[in-house]
Amino acid sequence: MMHVSADVREDTTRPRADKISVKDLDFYYGDFQALTGITVGIKERGVTAFIGPSGCGKSTFLRCFNRMNDLIPGTKVDGTILVDGEDIYAPGVDPVDLRRRVGMIFQQPNPFPMSIYDNVAFGPRLHGVTKKPELDEIVERSLERANLWKEVKEILPRGGLTLSGGQQQRLCIARVLAVEPDIMLMDEPCSAIDPTSVQKIEDLMDELKDRITIIIVTHNMQQAARVSDETAFFLQEKTGQPAEMVEFGRTAEIFTSPKDRRTEDYITGRFG
Amino acid sequence: MADEPMTTSTPSESKSTLKLMSKSMYAKEAALRNLFLLCATAAVAGVALIFLFVGVRGWPIIQDPGLGAFLFGKVWSSSTDQFGILPLVTGTLVITIGALLLGAPLAVGTAVFLSEIASPRVRSVVRPAVELLAGVPSVVYGFFGLIILRPIIANLTGGLGFGPLTAAIILAVMIVPTIATLTEDALGSVVPGIREASYAMGATTWQTIYKVLLPAASVGIIDAIILGMGRAVGETMAVVMVAGNAPQFFQGLGEPVSTLTSQIVIDMSYASGTHRTALFGMAVILFLISMGLVALVRVISNRKKEG
Repeated sequence: MMHVSADVREDTTRPRADKISVKDLDFYYGDFQALTGITVGIKERGVTAFIGPSGCGKSTFLRCFNRMNDLIPGTKVDGTILVDGEDIYAPGVDPVDLRRRVGMIFQQPNPFPMSIYDNVAFGPRLHGVTKKPELDEIVERSLERANLWKEVKEILPRGGLTLSGGQQQRLCIARVLAVEPDIMLMDEPCSAIDPTSVQKIEDLMDELKDRITIIIVTHNMQQAARVSDETAFFLQEKTGQPAEMVEFGRTAEIFTSPKDRRTEDYITGRFG
Repeated sequence: MADEPMTTSTPSESKSTLKLMSKSMYAKEAALRNLFLLCATAAVAGVALIFLFVGVRGWPIIQDPGLGAFLFGKVWSSSTDQFGILPLVTGTLVITIGALLLGAPLAVGTAVFLSEIASPRVRSVVRPAVELLAGVPSVVYGFFGLIILRPIIANLTGGLGFGPLTAAIILAVMIVPTIATLTEDALGSVVPGIREASYAMGATTWQTIYKVLLPAASVGIIDAIILGMGRAVGETMAVVMVAGNAPQFFQGLGEPVSTLTSQIVIDMSYASGTHRTALFGMAVILFLISMGLVALVRVISNRKKEG
């Protein structure tokens, strides 16, 4: 058994209800079924990590929560996903409105080619916030929560793309925080940035998780062990077959006493 | 080289397994390099020679009536030997601006539709259709303008329908493929991540287009419009057929005007003496305008790269 220097903390402050409930989820890219039979409850606040080998559908699953997959023609979702008890795939649900509540951070930092200020103000402006003092306040607060304020407060009019990779990623986090989402999806947010910045983002996740439900897809098992409270392990057993969720549980248990043989093989590095 | 006595101790010399470039290979490489250099030089030389030719033939116009009288002269009349090109310059300007006002939004809209909205199937029909517009000979545009459009404009403005409005509408259609194709390229080269980021922020398709994509592609779009402008300034045949070709100042959308290019093509067959020289002088002006437009594109692109 691999020993991960996991700082898996017990959250004893208050009981956590399910923020997202997934039931019997199947996902299709055209004729190809990518995910099958996923049923899971993701708790409010805290960090849930999705781990598994490349191509096992973690990111696909993550993108179901803000319906980003809708943008890819030919995709189909069966089963239900409830966010706060509401079916987000119910007919008539506006994915645009959903995405304002469910923020997303991508693997490649993707600030808009506009100023740092405008990047953070982008979401509030979409919501119709136009008053300068109000925007100023939101921008400052969001950058502060993303631990970026000190570094950029003097250079807010400068282009977001002039920042370093790690700063850009925190800028993207600030941009998401500016619209006060209660869920933040992070799709391998640290795989394209330098180690010092990774540390900063992990610290940030730790601060944010008291208020926001964070789901992170990561290839880095140490990272999953460090930052998450719950972990889900995904696996596609054979090429061409749909992937499934093999095991879900408290991170401490997944990494120390996994119930499934395949989970154990993966986290001890036998494949993937 | 292998036969040489090994006097040095550098191992790389004695034991190199890398093949040396053969002489014939070297010669071939050099020949190819020179061939391509020649191609590039030929293009530059062509431009330079044309400029030299029209410049030399047009030069006397600057001496005889003088540059001011040529550029700002208000009368173009071969019978009285007055060759002021101001009416022609204004004609060109009015028609070009009109074409841009009508054509640029149409073209940018087409590009946005193709790049962001159309399904692959619709795109596969619309895009070739737009590209086909670029392949239609300009005389056909002129013919269409003359037969179909002119009567309609005549009803609208009174008169015969020859004039800047008809010309601008025809030119607007003609510059659509230039602007649309280049704008679509500009939108396509926007980093894909920011399109996703915008949607993930809860922006609608429209918000994504006008708040994120169009600003991100703005430099490319401005370049596209400038190049479309170059096409409009230089277009001759279609304009000759519908503009009316009266070398007078702009008097109304339905009143005949003439442009630099159309006046050259009409007068060239019979002009002589100062008249002919003036036409060459106009060619120089056209040349300078397009050089200016290309330079403008360069400046804008470079400034964006720096900032």
